[in-house]
Amino acid sequence: MSHHSLARGVSSVAAICLLFAGSARAQAPAQPPQPDQAAQPQAQLREELQRLRAEFESIRDAYGARLLALEARVAQQAAEPTPAPVPALPTEAPPVPTAPPAAAAQPAQVPTPDAAVPAGAAGAGGPQGALPVYGNANAMSKIFNPDVAVIGNFTGAAGRNETEPRPALQLDEAEVSLQAVVDPYARADFFLAASPEGLEIEEGFLTFPTLPGGLLMKVGKLKAQFGKVNTLHTHTMSWVDQALVVKNLLGGDEGLNDSGISISKLIPNSLLFLEATGEIYQGQNELFTSHKRGNLAYVGRLRGYRDVTEGTNVDVGTSFAYGHNAVGEDFTTRVIGVDATVRYRPLRRAIYRRFIGRTELMWSRQGQEAGDMDAFGLYGSADYQFARRWFAGARYDWSERAYDSSLVDKGPSLLLTYWPSEFSQIRGQYRRTKYAEGPTANELLFQFLFSIGAHGAHTF
Amino acid sequence: MKRIYFIAALLMAGLSMAAPRADAAVNIVTTTTDLASIVSEVGGDKVSVEALARGYQDPHFVEAKPSFVLKLNRADLLVVVGRELEIGWLPALITQSRNAKIQPGADGYFDASLTAKILEIPTGQITRAMGDVHPLGNPHYWLDPENGRRIAKALQAKLAQKDPANAAYYAQRAADFDKRLAEAQQRWKTMMAPYKGVKIVTYHRSWANFVDAFGIEVIGYVEPKPGIPPTPQHTLDVIQAMRAQQVKLIIVEPYFDLKTPNSIASQTGAKVLVLPPSVGGVAQASDFLKLFDTDVSMLVDAIKSSGAK
Repeated sequence: MSHHSLARGVSSVAAICLLFAGSARAQAPAQPPQPDQAAQPQAQLREELQRLRAEFESIRDAYGARLLALEARVAQQAAEPTPAPVPALPTEAPPVPTAPPAAAAQPAQVPTPDAAVPAGAAGAGGPQGALPVYGNANAMSKIFNPDVAVIGNFTGAAGRNETEPRPALQLDEAEVSLQAVVDPYARADFFLAASPEGLEIEEGFLTFPTLPGGLLMKVGKLKAQFGKVNTLHTHTMSWVDQALVVKNLLGGDEGLNDSGISISKLIPNSLLFLEATGEIYQGQNELFTSHKRGNLAYVGRLRGYRDVTEGTNVDVGTSFAYGHNAVGEDFTTRVIGVDATVRYRPLRRAIYRRFIGRTELMWSRQGQEAGDMDAFGLYGSADYQFARRWFAGARYDWSERAYDSSLVDKGPSLLLTYWPSEFSQIRGQYRRTKYAEGPTANELLFQFLFSIGAHGAHTF
Repeated sequence: MKRIYFIAALLMAGLSMAAPRADAAVNIVTTTTDLASIVSEVGGDKVSVEALARGYQDPHFVEAKPSFVLKLNRADLLVVVGRELEIGWLPALITQSRNAKIQPGADGYFDASLTAKILEIPTGQITRAMGDVHPLGNPHYWLDPENGRRIAKALQAKLAQKDPANAAYYAQRAADFDKRLAEAQQRWKTMMAPYKGVKIVTYHRSWANFVDAFGIEVIGYVEPKPGIPPTPQHTLDVIQAMRAQQVKLIIVEPYFDLKTPNSIASQTGAKVLVLPPSVGGVAQASDFLKLFDTDVSMLVDAIKSSGAK
């Protein structure tokens, strides 16, 4: 009932506004050239205006009073179920990214946040009382909206590279993330990447965090749990570019991502954190080619982690990927990977110092007409935070090419990263790559990464 | 190929059998040491409790380590500070925990801020131009003893619900804690009474509830905006404000660099006091009551020796 009367009130106020505007406009062309002859109709008009104004004001007051009464009732309803434990505290659950609908399922009791009507609006025909505050996170219309963030990745390159030229300046990618809880049993995460090549679903999956048997299941398009760097989004990597071994042996810049199902399980034991992951994919991506429905791809991973001290830890894993390749239905590719990471971050100085040393080794066996081709590649990297906003890093790449192990690309990189805040970073990378074809490329890459909105926390 | 799968399956099965089991009635994980202390005050020996972050660690920037996943995996109850303090690390851990009991909104997810007095809840539009603002209010609310009592009361109800057999035990312990806290509160108020209105500068906005409880006035922050490191211009502004208002004390949390506070101190003749905002921040602040004992006595000593007004 309140909705209807409110709507009617607003529409009658609007009608009066229109009337005013209409009479004002009608008056303009009817303006006679002689001012003395205009006196009589003007007086009439003024009278009319007075009458209309009085009428309008009485309606306004009536609806103002009604609105006030309604507000009071809403406030009372909001206060009733929770007998005000503490003053000055909104009782609705905080909209943290992982808050399920259950926590925020009292929208009917959440009072709309109010703001005073701007002074100029009073009596000008605008609505009386309160306006909703647009942009307020608690505004009712936004309660069930997913967390939205956009991450821009702007890169540039200087120097010479004839083998893999990058544009001098380019907005490499705009990643849009949409994340929310679906229902009490699942959450969903979408990462859409818009790049000069087009719009792509980088990831889009449903997570069931509470399956029986301690299983964690993901369904959708996923970055395969193969090694470390393959699971990272561009903006969480420590480099501007992708490691050569991922390009050469794991399907190119984007790495291994595909539509499928991922199931992982913790293996409880007293020694270390141990997690086993098994994944089944459609088998259609840059590394694998599915020639028929049965040509699925499989990925497996076993990861161990252990705290050495409160600030130091070791993270090791081994991964396996298997699927059909582009040569033909009877040809398969398998890749085995081993990765190790050592981290140091003193707790008392966690925002000023950290060190991450990492290496990944990959062995690929690609079935070809002439027989199996074995190729190997690796990278080793180190990142050191030496001040609150500064990071220095280095990486060394060495990788054969999956289709011909006699072709080897290799080279070092040096990096310097500056963080104006948690939400943006500026990075420079000097890269010297010796390509198998002969030329050596000396390049200076740089990158601006910036994030707006609410982007969920990343896994470790 | 097949053999590899077989060996892996065998290995997993073997390790699964070696799974350790917790034996206390209720297995509780808290994000911070302060909450852990209140939990153990109420839960006594009927619960086992463990905090993820350490008291000398910045609770905004905790690493989401897999070892924490294991702790959450076994928890019956997760007690969080809330107000987005843990937003950078806890959500990912909860998702990976594979524990239905502690998912947000579930029975075993306890947000301690829901009964606490929260200050500095922003009104109107907020943007990140304001720095790392907390849209749901200042999350450092445990630094008010009154909030400690509120949290203890809510925890008692939660524990009674989780473990009805020991409800009377929890009620008795909560009442005892409430009484001891009330007495101590009186003592701290008396110690602080002569220094009402003393002006200080703090590094981060960690002390809003503390100064509110004890009547101290914060006139500025070493950080120009929450979470933004000190800038030269802002440091000059702070120095000028401190000179103008005769401020003689700078309070710094143990996890911040002392370089800027020290240089401000040398320009203004003020004293830098490293004050633990959490249980375990220094050795003697070993529980919730001792945290306030430590902070109040350190603060009183510092005010006396610096001549702060």
